[in-house]
Amino acid sequence: MKKIAKAKIDDLFKAISEKEVLYLPVDDAQGQAAFIPWKEGLKMSGDLNTVRSAKDLFFPQVESLVNFKMDGKKLEIIDAKRENDPFVIFGVRPCDAKSFEILDKVFYYSEPVDSFYIARRDKSTVVVLACNEPEETCFCQAFGIDQAEAAGGDVSAWEDGENFYFKAVTEKGEALLEGLPLEDAEDGAADDIKKAAKAVMEKLPLRDLDLSKFGAGKTQELFDDPAWAKLSESCLGCGTCTFVCPTCQCFDIKDFDGGKQIRRFRCWDSCMYSDFTQMSAGQPRPTQKERFRQRFMHKLVYYPDMHEGMFSCVGCGRCLRKCPIHMNIVKVIKTIGEEK
Amino acid sequence: MQAVIKKKAKELLECGTVDRVLGWKAGEFFYDLTPAVFTTPEEIDKDFVFSVFSGANMSKYLIEETKKEGKVAAFIKPCDSYSLVQLQKEHRIKRENCYIVGIACDGMCDMGLVREAGIKGATAVSEKDDKLVLETIYGEKEMPKEKALLERCVHCKSKKVVDFDEMIGENGEENPDCGRFDEVERLEAMTPDERFAFWRSQLSRCIRCNACRNVCPACSCEKCVFDNPDSGIAQKAAASDFEENNFHIIRAYHVAGRCTDCGECSRVCPQNIPLHLLNRKFIKDMNELYGFYQAGADFETKPPIMNYTTNDAEPSVVYQRGGSK
Repeated sequence: MKKIAKAKIDDLFKAISEKEVLYLPVDDAQGQAAFIPWKEGLKMSGDLNTVRSAKDLFFPQVESLVNFKMDGKKLEIIDAKRENDPFVIFGVRPCDAKSFEILDKVFYYSEPVDSFYIARRDKSTVVVLACNEPEETCFCQAFGIDQAEAAGGDVSAWEDGENFYFKAVTEKGEALLEGLPLEDAEDGAADDIKKAAKAVMEKLPLRDLDLSKFGAGKTQELFDDPAWAKLSESCLGCGTCTFVCPTCQCFDIKDFDGGKQIRRFRCWDSCMYSDFTQMSAGQPRPTQKERFRQRFMHKLVYYPDMHEGMFSCVGCGRCLRKCPIHMNIVKVIKTIGEEK
Repeated sequence: MQAVIKKKAKELLECGTVDRVLGWKAGEFFYDLTPAVFTTPEEIDKDFVFSVFSGANMSKYLIEETKKEGKVAAFIKPCDSYSLVQLQKEHRIKRENCYIVGIACDGMCDMGLVREAGIKGATAVSEKDDKLVLETIYGEKEMPKEKALLERCVHCKSKKVVDFDEMIGENGEENPDCGRFDEVERLEAMTPDERFAFWRSQLSRCIRCNACRNVCPACSCEKCVFDNPDSGIAQKAAASDFEENNFHIIRAYHVAGRCTDCGECSRVCPQNIPLHLLNRKFIKDMNELYGFYQAGADFETKPPIMNYTTNDAEPSVVYQRGGSK
């Protein structure tokens, strides 16, 4: 295990950024944390989590796929894919780290694979930071995530008042830590931090969230549940929950017509939107009830159906904080779970 | 206040004045209230909450609720009531299908501001003098209530409920000296480059979730042009800086003269973009160029953009004002 004094953390960030681009959670002008490239003077955010999740760095909201250039009858097709430089994401929380595993199953390991996603994923080194001060909105424990363990990345990290501690867990992680201005630390250096974090986990109000009514094979049982109508009645149909969600993965492909050039890009889509998966035959989910149901059934039933029972929620709590009307997956799980 | 409101809600259901009640439903925590329709006194006893976190403006829900059979009761705060009147002026709400209980309001709090004050893991709240006392996973914390107030409440333009069937609490007055244009004036004093930089720094953070539009009582189109694949400008995400700016500026134009400054757009923005400032700039300009107008303040006054007077500003005012103002 390695460590560095917090007072010297800028030396570490500088050393990393000399090797690779370093993304760090930093507060923006409105005090909202976001992953942005580190440069001299930037301080790590004190917030538990970023507003948008770390998935942005592998699966950005907008990305060009191909460009078309037209000159009379001549059409030139320009590949928009760029080589990605290697990069480091520092301070990913265990919930977001778990979300990479969920996204990997879709984009990295399922045919057809997503070469844009893979290109970024392969170039990344992820430093996962354990959570000392989880919030009341955290329910990652329900999905088997241990916020004290900082698993799921290339390097696990812990912090206390004085130091950051690091432990490489993959070869990539070892390569990153090599040559950085770090001191050696005892193997058990983070044990007290973990112990304190586990004590806090015991106090979290949503720690016992019961998922037993959901999972693979529950489609028939849950699809026509009358509760969907009531749960969705005040949903505004905005895309906030889907866009702050670390596991939402749907996208649309659009053309931006500039007259002589067309940019074909993909962008995040939201099952909450009225034209999501609209076809020439019409909209398969005509009201907000069906759209709302789709989102939660996907997280809690369809995805587990396709991926060995794994849920596609990590309990980060972003939707609990940001939904304009405070409807969220916890309320869905509790309402439907309790009546079954 | 909550006890009185709940009693009234049950009474309205029990004596058959209404069939349904629109209100705020308890959540997992003290702050995550969800707008909901209640149909029985038992539901109201169990889940109806009115607190300093009942910020959501219920007026827009009345568009759909008043299309249904029977009558619905709604509890309307002063700022919500301007939206209620404006929507009636636009023939979007069937007034005969709703029963409006006006409620006096001392300002609503925002959980985002509580968190910004550094309070983590809050599980319960109480009010003591001018303070919010928060029980948290990490012990008891307190903060001044005024620091947790929504921006629109800090600069509350009116404590008057402008349309109601009955009132709970005493109706208040308009407050023209609320200082709600101070921030707009600060932006006006900037150079065009500074102002552009300010808006780029804000709008570049937009994630196009459409929460501002979908919550906005003035955005009541059946199908938004930005959602219509046949419009040629449907946008699920901004493909360029221009589109990013365009969405918010077009929206501000579209609601000009109809925006009551209810502040819901800024309340719901997950990125804390101060969207209300765009609308306030339009309101301030209209006040200066066409005379004072408050959307939703009454049923009679014609909005400036739909009304011609010989004193109206000429289009050349754009050049007269120049780029510096």
